[in-house]
Amino acid sequence: MATRRLPPLALLACASATGCSGWQSALDARGSGSRALEALFWPVTAALALVWLAVMLVLAAALLRRRRPVPAQAARRSEIAVWAATLATVLVITVLTVASHLTTRHISRAAADPLVIQVRGYQWWWQVTYPDSDGTGAVVTANEIHLPVGRQVRLELSSADVIHSFWVPSLTGKQDMIPGRDNQLTFVAETPGILRGQCAEFCGLQHAHMALLMVVEPPAEFEAWLAAQRQEAAPPAGPMLRDGQRIFEQRPCGACHRVRGTAAAGEIGPDLTHFASRGTLAAGVLPMTRGAIAAWIADPQTIKPGNNMPLVPLAPDELQAVSAWLASLR
Amino acid sequence: MRLGVRIKLGARRMAILTSAVLALAACEREERSTRVDPPVAAALDAVAVMPNGIGGRPPEVHAALGKPYRSNAYQLSQGKQLYEWFGCQSCHADGQGGSGPSLIDGWWEYGPDLVSIYVSIRDGRPHGMPSFRNRLTNDQIWQLAGYIQVLGAYSADTAAPSRSDRPQTRPAENRAPATMAPH
Repeated sequence: MATRRLPPLALLACASATGCSGWQSALDARGSGSRALEALFWPVTAALALVWLAVMLVLAAALLRRRRPVPAQAARRSEIAVWAATLATVLVITVLTVASHLTTRHISRAAADPLVIQVRGYQWWWQVTYPDSDGTGAVVTANEIHLPVGRQVRLELSSADVIHSFWVPSLTGKQDMIPGRDNQLTFVAETPGILRGQCAEFCGLQHAHMALLMVVEPPAEFEAWLAAQRQEAAPPAGPMLRDGQRIFEQRPCGACHRVRGTAAAGEIGPDLTHFASRGTLAAGVLPMTRGAIAAWIADPQTIKPGNNMPLVPLAPDELQAVSAWLASLR
Repeated sequence: MRLGVRIKLGARRMAILTSAVLALAACEREERSTRVDPPVAAALDAVAVMPNGIGGRPPEVHAALGKPYRSNAYQLSQGKQLYEWFGCQSCHADGQGGSGPSLIDGWWEYGPDLVSIYVSIRDGRPHGMPSFRNRLTNDQIWQLAGYIQVLGAYSADTAAPSRSDRPQTRPAENRAPATMAPH
């Protein structure tokens, strides 16, 4: 019986082990914060496993031993055992607490000149702002954060509505975004690559669909990206794209979304100036393709029920034009 | 003695039964409809307004839907969000009025009914009220109109939008009648 159960159990263990690596895993550290946390995680897990094993052994011994009359000196022995166990418990907890405290302090240590990025949580997307540091203009984007590899980053976290929590497990620990209270997160991304983050505090109907991408790049590529993002949207090439822009400006789209360089100057929804340069759509729900853009505009409430994007009625040719124009905003 | 025990048991059973029924009632949540079918959204615009622009007949589809824009807490809350997002405060402040008229003093320049409020938002009114026809969808205008009506309703209502996060500067939306509200 036991041997027959073994293969599925082994399979399950293997399957869960695959969760330990990848682009969203605290056990696959790619940043200073998560590396420190990983260095804490394994010793703590080992210590707790040992404690659990010891407790189970004592429990098993107590259950299995034969009932005998208790000799007089046994009371003294068990008193010593209780004291020893208490001491061991205090010792283990103290060591783990101190280790945890030191790790937390180490993580939040700030360097002299970090790259500051503001991240604001909305139901259910992330607004990302690169503040204007040298007079070239701030960059506002959404659901995607680009970072230079090897430079310390300070994220300034805030929330527009309810409590969200910023969590990119591969980079660092989670940090709550609380309305009316600004939090910070400091870390260094150590290897280039694309990582996934996820809101880690239940924030309403579409909490599960509030993801973001972290794009860690070599510094030169990051600077090039930032320079491109500072530009206004390119003027539409061709009649179809021109139509798309005009419809976007005249219909309710432009009342909520901003596209710099056009008449659309809304501030309620995500900034779409370089919309199609992002990897995903609607906070990680859809891939950034023209078809997905059209599907999202055609019926946002079926794809992500409860989100604040209304279904704006567009005729088929209008939808074609708007989605083509949005897909051209690179 | 025996009889007393029986009565006691009966009372206990009644209490259990009552709480079970009450618990069941708690299972029913208000319907939260986030999607409006495009034909319904189009039909929501079919208001028949009187020639002077005040009052008229609401679209039949609103009654068919069960008048959600006046009685559904979710729709009212969305209206409250739109009030903030689309800058209504810049003229009407928190409802007490500024450069625009007050919305809670019980006086309706263009009538207190939903159709009048809907038309005011959709088409605008003289002396500065802009048209929101191209900035909001039909169902959003209904959400906002429902919220505005609750804000200045003559009688207290059970349906109310969510509470404000900021300190209240005016009576809450589901308070006593607007005209009796302290000024």
